[in-house]
Amino acid sequence: MTSLAGAKDTEMVEKHTGASPDRVIDIEKLSLTFETGDGPVHALSDIDLKIEQGDFVSFIGPSGCGKTTLLRVIADLEKPTAGKITVNGVSPEEARLNRAYGYVFQAAALYSWRTIASNVALPLEIMRLSRSERQERVARNLELVNLSGFEQKYPWQLSGGMQQRASIARALAVEPDLLLMDEPFGALDEIVRDHLNEQLLQLWAKTSKTVAFVTHSIPEAVFLSTKIVVLCPRPGRIYDVIESDLPRERSLDIRETPEFLRIAHRVREGLKAGHSYED
Amino acid sequence: MTTMPLAPTRGPNPFAGLMSGIAGPVIVVVLAILGLWYIAAVTLNTPFQLDTYERADRLDVPFSELLTDTLSQDRPVLPAPHQIAVEIWQTTVEKKITSKRSLVYHSGITLSSTLLGFVIGTLLGIFLAIGIVHSRVLEKSLMPWIIASQTIPILAIAPMIIVVLNAVGVSGLLPKAMISTYLSFFPVAVGMVKGLRSPEIIDMDLMHTYSATRLQAFWKLRLPYAVPFLFTSMKIGMAASLVGAIVGELPTGAIAGLGARLLSGSYYGQTLQIWSALIMAAVLAGSLVALIGVIEKLALKRMGMTR
Amino acid sequence: MSTQTVSRSRVDIPALLAWFIVALVVVGLFCPIFRPDFRVMDVPRLSLCLVILAIAAVRYELGFMRNRFGDLMLGVVTAVAAWLLIGTVSNHPGDAALGFWALTVAAWASAWLFVERLASWKSASKTTERLINLVIPALFGLTLLVLWQIIVTGAGIPKVLLPAPSEIWLRLINSVPTLWADFRQTFLKAVLAGYAIGCGSAFLTAILVDRVPFLRRGLLPIGNLVSALPIIGVAPIMVMWFGFDWPSKAAVVIIMTFFPMLVNTVAGLSASDSMQRDLMRTYASGYWQTLVKLRLPMAMPFIFNALKINSTLALIGAIVAEFFGTPTVGMGFRISTEVGRMNVDMVWAEIAVAAVAGSLFYGLVAVIERKVTFWHASVRG
Repeated sequence: MTSLAGAKDTEMVEKHTGASPDRVIDIEKLSLTFETGDGPVHALSDIDLKIEQGDFVSFIGPSGCGKTTLLRVIADLEKPTAGKITVNGVSPEEARLNRAYGYVFQAAALYSWRTIASNVALPLEIMRLSRSERQERVARNLELVNLSGFEQKYPWQLSGGMQQRASIARALAVEPDLLLMDEPFGALDEIVRDHLNEQLLQLWAKTSKTVAFVTHSIPEAVFLSTKIVVLCPRPGRIYDVIESDLPRERSLDIRETPEFLRIAHRVREGLKAGHSYED
Repeated sequence: MTTMPLAPTRGPNPFAGLMSGIAGPVIVVVLAILGLWYIAAVTLNTPFQLDTYERADRLDVPFSELLTDTLSQDRPVLPAPHQIAVEIWQTTVEKKITSKRSLVYHSGITLSSTLLGFVIGTLLGIFLAIGIVHSRVLEKSLMPWIIASQTIPILAIAPMIIVVLNAVGVSGLLPKAMISTYLSFFPVAVGMVKGLRSPEIIDMDLMHTYSATRLQAFWKLRLPYAVPFLFTSMKIGMAASLVGAIVGELPTGAIAGLGARLLSGSYYGQTLQIWSALIMAAVLAGSLVALIGVIEKLALKRMGMTR
Repeated sequence: MSTQTVSRSRVDIPALLAWFIVALVVVGLFCPIFRPDFRVMDVPRLSLCLVILAIAAVRYELGFMRNRFGDLMLGVVTAVAAWLLIGTVSNHPGDAALGFWALTVAAWASAWLFVERLASWKSASKTTERLINLVIPALFGLTLLVLWQIIVTGAGIPKVLLPAPSEIWLRLINSVPTLWADFRQTFLKAVLAGYAIGCGSAFLTAILVDRVPFLRRGLLPIGNLVSALPIIGVAPIMVMWFGFDWPSKAAVVIIMTFFPMLVNTVAGLSASDSMQRDLMRTYASGYWQTLVKLRLPMAMPFIFNALKINSTLALIGAIVAEFFGTPTVGMGFRISTEVGRMNVDMVWAEIAVAAVAGSLFYGLVAVIERKVTFWHASVRG
């Protein structure tokens, strides 16, 4: 049943095709195959996906389904082997060179020889912004993630959650319209994660950015997203795309509502059906 | 399963495979070094050759003759690789091993003191490391000195040890071996302490839950953990040991050994002799370290530590 | 017997040491300490001191003054006893008899016991603990020097074989001008110039090699191989090429320091993990920006490792190169000529200078390393 529903949703999305001005990401028949010693691995196969301006899209699926790879293709960290993809209407490489997106990794990846402030300033230095502009953006974005007062600390003096917040501030400092996040809270404990999820939503509401978010947590995906993309492995492909009808203003309590549970149930069913239980 | 368009792989370029490995680039670099060597040999030996021509009143020597002459001088500033190869061939294969002019004889002398010193030094280093790991007093008082002693140019002491021991009638293999012992002892001691300490706290806690004795913990946990460290430091120790033996041969008045060949070559301007001794020493060092590497591989494989 | 009891019943080293000291003091008090028939009783100060020493040593076993004050008293009495032993033996060089050796061993054992007590001090403050960790090795070095002095004088070891520390010290302070000239020639000229050029050129080569992957694959195995070779052997060739003065020594130092620096820098430049490199890629960072902002900082621990190794190698290279020919000045020159003249105390003085110079040089590099790589896990502790 779920697969049918999924197909219907995909169709619905398909209707929108056409050069819409607020289309941020447009992926058509995209495939990526890695050549390995044991033969080709189909990391991504026949992906079709549109992401509009202001969407919060989650990619969810078991490990090996290609959700991270898909994000890396969008970020031009991997090259697709077939199909078309545009980011802001141009190729991912051009988008990267335009600094069109901010990327948040699974780990904070802060440089331990730089203070928090100068870590956030790192992309700005590379973009050769003026010193005053850098200082202004660093202060503003640290404020945004509630890290004011920690400017002169070193990353190793901060907790894991604070480090990850600093890395989000670093991605925001580029002031991109698109935020790519690869399991940013995966290594944190659940209490910290809930808190950061709430903060992330507020941030999203404030800045009206487009977010592509990889996760393997169902509650996280449902809580955050306006659109949930369920992927399944071997070959990595989209199994279901769920448009969430939850209100954009949400608090953690929404997780108790039947609406939330219904969407979560559909995601779980999708994951179950897409999983082949080979292992 | 849907069939996917395969990724466009690169065309079968035989050089691509060769050049992306290690062997190809290494061969190219070695050939480049040899080429540069020849050019340098010609350049450096030309002034002397022109001098010779001038003295013989030969003014217009063709370039090809100059070229061959610069590469076949008796005492070139820089001998060409093939000259060194010929010299080594003549002094190893064509000389009797017992001859004083045989490079094999001299290498043998250096090798024996290197090995003797290395074995004693390694054993001492291991025992000291065991002591340090098990005794707080030994650790606190000795360890800083062992580390500090690595910063001291110990080799400077070599001539004194040789001459002083010679003066009291101890000569030959032993004084040189003592220097090798001294030099190989420190890296092994430091490496072994690090290795014996390398088990994680969680591993030691496991031993503790079994109420294992210190001896049992040593044999079953610390020693296996230390083996990779031991081999790494043995390689350093072996290289240091050979250097010690060579330097130890310098002050005895150039009697025997590779160091002596270096010194007497330097006295009499015999560059060919110096270079062949140098290459021989390099070959010796390379094969000794490689030998330890092979033993390391076998040992680690037997212990199931290789992946 | 179960394993448990084995692990619990350990040898009580302090107690053993204490009774050992008492036994040795008794032997010392009743045997002649110097030939023909000189006894401890003839030096009342020493005998008194030894009795106190024995009591201080066994006080734990007898059950009084089991505190830090007692420990410190043991240390002070040991020092006084050692001082008196040195003083007495200098009046009877080469005449030491059984009693004297017993007392020497007793002094050594009580120094050990003192260190054993010091090591077991549980200190609340970090500074005291750090101080103890400095004092213990210093005491060890001091004990070694004292034993050296006592044994060499007591046994009358000839000066050409092994001079006493006091003789070396005398020679050192009496020949400061010579030692300074040697130091300037070898260290300030050859070592520093060679070290700077060798490390600097290797660093630049490493960056070049890093840009060209082909060179990296070709040069790195060769660099690793060369690092294990007795490069010191090029010294006679360098002396032939560049003459007797310091440039030839600097050339040896350059060659010796080049390969460790090259190999370490290249390894360091590839130390950044893929996530950090991806991060720079998402910023569309250029090669030089990535190099300066990410890869060089990441390589610093490796580079300093090479700088530390090279600080020792440089001094060794310069000194040994001087064995192959120098003008009449230089540390290596002095060592080889004075050995020939059997002036062993001068050799030791020169070695002492070399040791101090070597460890200060290393220490300086280590201090700079701590400043530069303050962020690295091994430094921030």
